[in-house]
Amino acid sequence: MRGITKRFPGVVANDGVDFEAAAGEVHALLGENGAGKSTLSNILTGLYRPDEGEISLYGRPVQFDSPSDAIDAGIGMVHQHFRLVPTFTVAENIILGEHREEARRFLIDPREIERRVSALGERYGLAVDSGARVWQLSVGEQQRVEILKALYREAKILILDEPTAVLTPQEAEALFSTLRTMAGEGRTVIFISHKLHEVKAVADRVTILRGGRSISVVRAAEASPRELAALMVGRDVQLARRVDREAGPSEQVALEARNLSVRGDRGEESVREVSFTLREGEILGVAGVAGNGQRELAEAITGMRPAAQGSVAVCGRDLRLGDPRSAIRAGVAHVPEDRLGTGVAPSLSIAENAVLKSYRGRSASRGPLLRWRGIHEQARDLIRRYRVAAPGTHARARDLSGGNLQKLVLGREFTGRPSVLIAASPTRGLDVGAIETVHAYLREAATDGVGVLLISEDLDEILALADRVVVVYEGRLTGEFDPGTATVEEIGLAMAGGERT
Amino acid sequence: MIKVERRLVQPRWLSVGVPVGSVAVSFVVIAVVLLITGHDPLHTYRRLFIAAFDGKAAWNDTITLATPLLFTGLAAAVAFRMNLFNIGGEGQLYIGAITGSGVAFWLGPHHAKTLTIVLMCVCGAAGAAIWALIPGVLKAFGRTNEIITSLMLNYVAGLLLTYMIFDSASPWRDVSTVQTRSFPQSVALQPSQFWPAVHPGGVVIPFGFLLAFGVAAALWVLFRLTRFGYEMNVIGDSQRAARYSGMRTRRKILAVMAISGAVAGLGGASQVGDFSHVLDASAQGLQAANYGYTGIVVAALGRYNPIAVCLVGVLLGGLQNAGLFLQGADFPSGLVGVMQGIILFCTLGGELLIRYRVRLGRRARAAETAPAAEVA
Repeated sequence: MRGITKRFPGVVANDGVDFEAAAGEVHALLGENGAGKSTLSNILTGLYRPDEGEISLYGRPVQFDSPSDAIDAGIGMVHQHFRLVPTFTVAENIILGEHREEARRFLIDPREIERRVSALGERYGLAVDSGARVWQLSVGEQQRVEILKALYREAKILILDEPTAVLTPQEAEALFSTLRTMAGEGRTVIFISHKLHEVKAVADRVTILRGGRSISVVRAAEASPRELAALMVGRDVQLARRVDREAGPSEQVALEARNLSVRGDRGEESVREVSFTLREGEILGVAGVAGNGQRELAEAITGMRPAAQGSVAVCGRDLRLGDPRSAIRAGVAHVPEDRLGTGVAPSLSIAENAVLKSYRGRSASRGPLLRWRGIHEQARDLIRRYRVAAPGTHARARDLSGGNLQKLVLGREFTGRPSVLIAASPTRGLDVGAIETVHAYLREAATDGVGVLLISEDLDEILALADRVVVVYEGRLTGEFDPGTATVEEIGLAMAGGERT
Repeated sequence: MIKVERRLVQPRWLSVGVPVGSVAVSFVVIAVVLLITGHDPLHTYRRLFIAAFDGKAAWNDTITLATPLLFTGLAAAVAFRMNLFNIGGEGQLYIGAITGSGVAFWLGPHHAKTLTIVLMCVCGAAGAAIWALIPGVLKAFGRTNEIITSLMLNYVAGLLLTYMIFDSASPWRDVSTVQTRSFPQSVALQPSQFWPAVHPGGVVIPFGFLLAFGVAAALWVLFRLTRFGYEMNVIGDSQRAARYSGMRTRRKILAVMAISGAVAGLGGASQVGDFSHVLDASAQGLQAANYGYTGIVVAALGRYNPIAVCLVGVLLGGLQNAGLFLQGADFPSGLVGVMQGIILFCTLGGELLIRYRVRLGRRARAAETAPAAEVA
């Protein structure tokens, strides 16, 4: 790809990007959010057309008018959010949209396809039951289906967008070996990530994007994580590292959950008899692979989801479970996982979202009437204090970048002077700068005596912030670790359901 | 090659430019149809405009036809604004007419006019609100789809209306003379019960029309200035965000359904009080005009903004009025229907262009600056 430029209204997402990957290599595309990685891969997969520049495959210039052109040219993509039909079987998903050979026939032969899928899976170490329905699979298995789908279509170039976000460290290691096998056969693997140690672990070469430009290409083996980070951010950065806070946890219990069981969306028991205590000024990290009940746990504590049994007490007082207002009154602040759809009402203004929790209060309303002046004042105050880069209080929340949106949510939640903060994946999808800020705010909250329950799939984040780590696996708390002494391997094993040794 | 892409930004001028452009496009398309059928388009357009908006008589008819559309349009706008798809404006209008007229018949002609009107409004609104609460309760507590339930209740309400006049000796039916016993018709309001009208410059503006504007203003205040309206906006935008902030979503669903129904019910009461003075269950009566369904179109074109809904309602009233005027020996009523259909199709289809842009040609950049409104 040479001189690729793609403009969107108001931004140049790719600005003369050069990118080159050789056959038989794992090539990492490293960059912060908003650096243009997704745009570049969307251009390569035919989703967008570049405004300028050209794409050549094996020396021959090509032009993709649609994703199917790119697929025909042998380019496969594994998206961060899987594109699978949950009620279809693995085999059905794999032939979905396929238009060659068996899949093209009017009557398809599922046995034959399942057989071929199984054969492919064996060859690359991607074990999946090809007759199973996708909703029955774990997230890691679903990812394997996505990779198999690309392989089934004989992709010679495979692009993976942040593939490890949903995997345990061990699963990620298995994925890396699959990727290396594929590269060994002469395929090209393009690995998009912003995690430095993964890039070091799997890639042969690394192209670094920053602000829509390709900054440099380095051999992964020759660069240190610190150098990579500096290239990525454009300045020297502190890698996530433990910073000791001035004040440690107090003895006062801020939040206590007893025997809490919660049902998930499909009625399955997602959280099973979970008990824990969180003290004031403590950051308790809940580690685990996505989909092990973290979301349900957070929603049960904050009242968004009714609990099947058990109780939750804040500062010694029981909450009315399943009633968000009871949790809000008790001082439970919530930074939800889905910040755009839950944390804010996306099409409403920043001002309206700034008072989402406090609009009943005196500064935002008088009787049944709203005090718009007070609301805008509050929003301006929030924007200033939490350094939200926003065009104004009238701008829609959805127009904020991920980092600024999160600052808005965090700021609003802190404004209510909470005693407990439930933070679910608070830095997912944020760039390095925003992550630093969010981490600083979480530490600050704990220093102020707030009990912080940090639920995250990013183990590095938990190790950097938490005073205590518990691991959740299939809805149970399976282990408790001291982040100062525990190793990533130990915690990783617990995340995968293994026994502690 | 034509490509349709989602717009990343929606410029503000589009929300005015697109509807205006769409109407312009529809007139071009209609001109083609008119030429094919052997009519002079310019002449037809001039007649259309004159019939709808030129002169007192034209305005009288336009306002008469617009009044129920204002009510049903506002009713739909209230609910749709919260993503609550109350398709039941039609039935709620019938029920409002039934309960509104019922109280007037029960009162008789010997009470103060003000009392009669107030009671008609209150009962019309209340009856329709209760009717609208049926899908509301089912939605809030049973998670049923309000589109289906409210739509189905329209047929129930229509049959109820027919039953009360044609198939029973209900208090609404006039059974005082031999003639009315064999040719069923409803009791009639006495002139002392008729709703008043004002006559600025000779144009008759019925009380219901003014009432609709009052309702629109009240709704505007509700949406913009109250906590209730704020909660409606949040719930309409994201149910999860509403729950997250501790809003009582169920109560809000019930309240909004009731308000929506009440507004449609006022429309029904106004039909009786202002215009027909009877509960007209005949084939040419309340059920013929599809006010409730047209109201949904009015609400959509007005983008659920109460003030815009009023303007659109008057325009659509004018269009219907002109349609009635145009048809005649040389101008079949089917052709009028085609014209109205094309205008609605273009304006509703044009909405797409606000959210999406259409690109022509293989080179993406060439079409980037083309004004979107002209591609409808």
